[in-house]
Amino acid sequence: MTEVLAAIALGVPSTVVVTALAFAMGAVLGVPLALARRSGPAPLRWLAQALIDVLRGIPPVVWLFFIYFGLGNDVVRIEPLVAGTVGLGLIASAYLAEVYRGGLLAVHAGQQEAAEALGLSPGTTLARVVGPQAVRVALPGAATYLIGLLKDSSIVSTIGVTEMVFRANAVSRSTGDGLMPFLVAAALYIVLSAPLAWASRSLDARLRRRVAR
Amino acid sequence: MSLLADWWEWLPSLLRGLLLSLEIAAVSIVTGVVVGMGLALAVSAQNRLLRAVAVVVVEVGRGTPALVVLQLVYFGLPSAGLTLASFAAACLALGLTTAAYTSEILRAGLQAVPQGEVEASQALGMGRRDTLRYVVAPQGVRIAVPALMGFSILIFQGTSLAFTISVTELLSRAYSIGSATFDYLSVIALAGLLYLAVTLPAGWFVRRAERRMARHL
Repeated sequence: MTEVLAAIALGVPSTVVVTALAFAMGAVLGVPLALARRSGPAPLRWLAQALIDVLRGIPPVVWLFFIYFGLGNDVVRIEPLVAGTVGLGLIASAYLAEVYRGGLLAVHAGQQEAAEALGLSPGTTLARVVGPQAVRVALPGAATYLIGLLKDSSIVSTIGVTEMVFRANAVSRSTGDGLMPFLVAAALYIVLSAPLAWASRSLDARLRRRVAR
Repeated sequence: MSLLADWWEWLPSLLRGLLLSLEIAAVSIVTGVVVGMGLALAVSAQNRLLRAVAVVVVEVGRGTPALVVLQLVYFGLPSAGLTLASFAAACLALGLTTAAYTSEILRAGLQAVPQGEVEASQALGMGRRDTLRYVVAPQGVRIAVPALMGFSILIFQGTSLAFTISVTELLSRAYSIGSATFDYLSVIALAGLLYLAVTLPAGWFVRRAERRMARHL
């Protein structure tokens, strides 16, 4: 039991790194995607929407296979960790773009109008007035996505990243025990997501007080 | 042109895989929603033990990655004396995940039914069971339909995980063609398009359902 736990816990850093990097990538790339989707010229708007739909409409494992086996064999050599992180990061950008868009829509139109009336440029309006409020509204959605991403990161085991599920599989094969390694992995996921859920609740409660709707 | 010729050659095999993916999704969703409804009722039950058990099942079910549930069912249950064929294991695992998630969707739907409806039923002398059966459940389930449809799309996508337990669904067929021809890029792209052919129209359908629902509330 302790040996199983120790062997699988070795995968925790990989799980955390893949989750954190993919989320960071998605959080950054999601911004231009959400802005293009909201207020770009028509062709750009359609392009952003199409990109979001295609990224979200194909299963994550298929994206990872496309990047790792497809691009990895035919185009450039890619490490499993990089392929997994980039794949999940691209998908995260589409989901987070939708979360941001919801946040932007939730900010009262009067805020935009007031900024215009004061002569603020569109860029300043976004950076100083609408953006900060939209982020506060979008935060719970983004946190929920992060917790989901932690669990989705398990699929990078399929392309050989040695994270928790990969190690659980290895332990299961070497010991012939199909039950305990996966129960341990499941417990570790629940333990890892508990502090995330707690942090998002307390952060949300603090930020929520400063939004004009 | 050789790309199209390749795709034309692979298409029948991939379509059979897609059909299997759809079957797994359908079985998982139907059984999962039924069990999910039971869990939703149990979570709001008066019996404290029942409630505690249901909450634990839902939280553990939602906290565990679908891939881990899948491998627990396929590799783990034989250790506990129950061996399932890979298709049945995939349906059971995705069904369990569906049950955990949809129970929360259904619970939110049931809670969204105005309290006045419950009070009116009581004023008419209906018992708890009849109130649920004839007043709250029909409306609550209807409120939950768009979210359930949205979740169904995710479960359909989740069937791609079943290739890890050697179900010959869409992704696993694409992968084996890829390993035979070394043309991974092209065959996985085709598989992706086939997934899109299901998820995009389904997504439009969900958005339409959401709009219709918004009109009635």
